[in-house]
Amino acid sequence: MVNATATQHSIGIYLKVWGLLFVLSTMSYLVDFYQIQGYWRWSLILIFMFIKAGLIISVFMHLKWERLSVKLMLLVPPIAIIVLISLMVFEADYIALSR
Amino acid sequence: MATSTPESTHKQSQWQNVVTDWSADRQVFDMPWGKFMMWVFLLSDTFIFSIFLVGYMSVRLTTTAEWPNASEVFALTIAGQHLPLILIAIMTFVLISSSGTMVLAVNYAYQGNREKACQFMLLTAILGASFVGMQVFEWTKLITEEGVRPWSNSMGAAQFGACFFMITGFHGVHVSAGVILLLLYSNKLRRGDYENKGYSIVEIVGLYWHFVDLVWVFIFALFYLW
Repeated sequence: MVNATATQHSIGIYLKVWGLLFVLSTMSYLVDFYQIQGYWRWSLILIFMFIKAGLIISVFMHLKWERLSVKLMLLVPPIAIIVLISLMVFEADYIALSR
Repeated sequence: MATSTPESTHKQSQWQNVVTDWSADRQVFDMPWGKFMMWVFLLSDTFIFSIFLVGYMSVRLTTTAEWPNASEVFALTIAGQHLPLILIAIMTFVLISSSGTMVLAVNYAYQGNREKACQFMLLTAILGASFVGMQVFEWTKLITEEGVRPWSNSMGAAQFGACFFMITGFHGVHVSAGVILLLLYSNKLRRGDYENKGYSIVEIVGLYWHFVDLVWVFIFALFYLW
């Protein structure tokens, strides 16, 4: 059966990831609570964000257990978003300078 | 790596699997069509949210006015304690918890435990509804007390309101739709509509729900904490 894999791993991994998401969210809240500023703030926020997103996609959404074809379908197109973000950063930089 | 399809049992590499999937005389993505369509929808939704967030980034990088400090804008005083961003933190925890209950619902569904799956779907819906409730409270406070409008506010850059209402509003609509989906399909599941088709519907609704949580992770980091 197609989804036989979904039953193969126990509840334990979900509870672990759930706990981890709580810890990571608390830590990103603490970044704000203690008013960490500058490069530390940005890098911590982004690191926590990407770890949380990765955990949700790979474990909660089961992408980790899907075939590579599925992973490619989902992860290759968003490269366009990265391109858009870079273009807009350059563009915004130039607009900000002209103001 | 545990994959279920037979050809992976004889030690093919992941890339050989891709070639097999695309060259074999059958459908490429071996999953229920509803699940595949949900993935495609979520991929397109990713682009919608990305465009909102990129728009917010462009506006924030180019505005000359000071951007309102989210930490203070969303602060609440609870029992005499001034807590920055506390409501957003609680909302984050509620949404993560709802993702946790959803994943348990999916797990129970695949074990064939219909009753437990229904209960956890309902629990997820309740948590989702309370998230929307808190968001309504947040919006009301911002609109009536702070006087934030899409075109102006008293705290700084005028674009703050437009970004806030568009991004969190769109996300809130997704959460509300998710709550409706959960109620609808937990009821259909309880009624026994899926006894012959299998319970993959729970996973499909689950994918949508986790995606909503996923989007919140980005909004929380980029809009509220940045």
